[in-house]
Amino acid sequence: MKVQFSDVSMRFGAMEVLQHITLGAEEGEFLCIVGPSGCGKSTLLNIAGGFLAPGSGSVTIDGEPVTAPDRRRIFVFQERGVFPWLTVEGNIGFGLFDMDEAGREARVAQYIDLVGLKGFEKSYPRELSGGMKQRVEVARALAVNPDVLFLDEPFGALDSITRLQMRSELLRIWRAERKTVLFVTHDIEESVQLADRVVVMSARPGRIRRVVDIDIPHPRDLSSRRYIELRDLIFGEIGLAHQV
Amino acid sequence: MSRSRLLPLTGIAAALAAWQIAIMLRPSLIPGPIAVARGIGELAVRGLLVKYVVASLFRVTWGYLAALVIAIPLGLLLGMGRIGEMAANPILQILRPISPLAWIPIAILWFGVGDVSAIFLIFLAALLPMTVATMNAVHNIDPVHLAAARNFGIPLRARMRDVLIPAILPQLIVAMRIALGVAWLVVVAAEMIAVNSGLGFLIVDARNAGNRYDLVVAGMVLIGLVGIVLDLLMRRLERLDSVRWGYASE
Repeated sequence: MKVQFSDVSMRFGAMEVLQHITLGAEEGEFLCIVGPSGCGKSTLLNIAGGFLAPGSGSVTIDGEPVTAPDRRRIFVFQERGVFPWLTVEGNIGFGLFDMDEAGREARVAQYIDLVGLKGFEKSYPRELSGGMKQRVEVARALAVNPDVLFLDEPFGALDSITRLQMRSELLRIWRAERKTVLFVTHDIEESVQLADRVVVMSARPGRIRRVVDIDIPHPRDLSSRRYIELRDLIFGEIGLAHQV
Repeated sequence: MSRSRLLPLTGIAAALAAWQIAIMLRPSLIPGPIAVARGIGELAVRGLLVKYVVASLFRVTWGYLAALVIAIPLGLLLGMGRIGEMAANPILQILRPISPLAWIPIAILWFGVGDVSAIFLIFLAALLPMTVATMNAVHNIDPVHLAAARNFGIPLRARMRDVLIPAILPQLIVAMRIALGVAWLVVVAAEMIAVNSGLGFLIVDARNAGNRYDLVVAGMVLIGLVGIVLDLLMRRLERLDSVRWGYASE
């Protein structure tokens, strides 16, 4: 297993947030973690990222215990994670402090190209839309060539059309770069569109209710029977009737 | 002429007109705008205008720069470590309400009557607000940015240069502008006591040497004009590309 959670529990004061989470993600896998708000899924991701120490249990990546953040695994926040004082170029090159000028420039250009921001190299984030800022952040993460990406509701602040576009962008990039991705969301549709497997969590204290294999090949047809079946399965698992 | 230029000019014209009318009604009130303008002309001819403005600016420059050099690193240090802040905060809060002018006797005791005392007072006036503002600016950094910097594992020096300093810069520039305003307020007061040049000195001297109230008001007008120029210069810093994100009105 690339990323392995072994019996991870966590409490904040008297509040139990996570209970006995055991979960593995394989190399190159796209894993989505869904659950109701406050179920501890972000906490779980922060533990894997090394930003929080688990109350008990452990997380290992490539068999090594995670103790601190590491540039081999990058956390992508909502688009406010970009540095507003740096240009697009400056942001994407941020983690490349150990490269020489030429190598850095080439790498930055490569990822600007990958996320489709050509022509915006010198722009500041305040001049960009939410979706473009999110692309900058994804490019900044990929530029350091990490082997794991943690994404914490990365598209939560975007409008629904941009969100759809960003999902197919992310899939395209993931196919090109083959990173292991842990993606936290409360959007069930999003998880079924993106993931190889969806981990469904319960309300707080967060436990794993079920892990669902999404056996639909990409590109996924959102009106196919299998898609709707799996989506409704997860809706049911979370205890929601799929009705408004 | 555009509205944005016309309206301020109208305001100034109205104030001058009101001033003129007031002294026509009661001539003993203060010298009128024309007498004051003549006073400024007289200062210019005698070579005092430039000399006094430069003298005041000289004191402000040194006092203010010395304050920045100490306050910004100190504020960074206090802002980064909870312990330092907890220890330093009470004393900063106690010192803050003490007017820099209350330090005049001590300044004279330590540095005698002269430039150094005046510079010291300006230094004190800018030091505390800058230290506190820097400290607060560090606290206000978005934790997401600090987390990202940690995640990429960039070395401490680069973290200072690329994250910490730019993150606080917008707030720092506002604080620098306010502190410069305070420094300019204080230089005038300091010059009333401790020195024999500068705009503050001009005001006291004009009164003492023959009740030249036209020159007193001339001094006041000059203080206001230089003050506004300093403020406008500082405001230009807020338009730098790398800090504009920090101002909401953008």
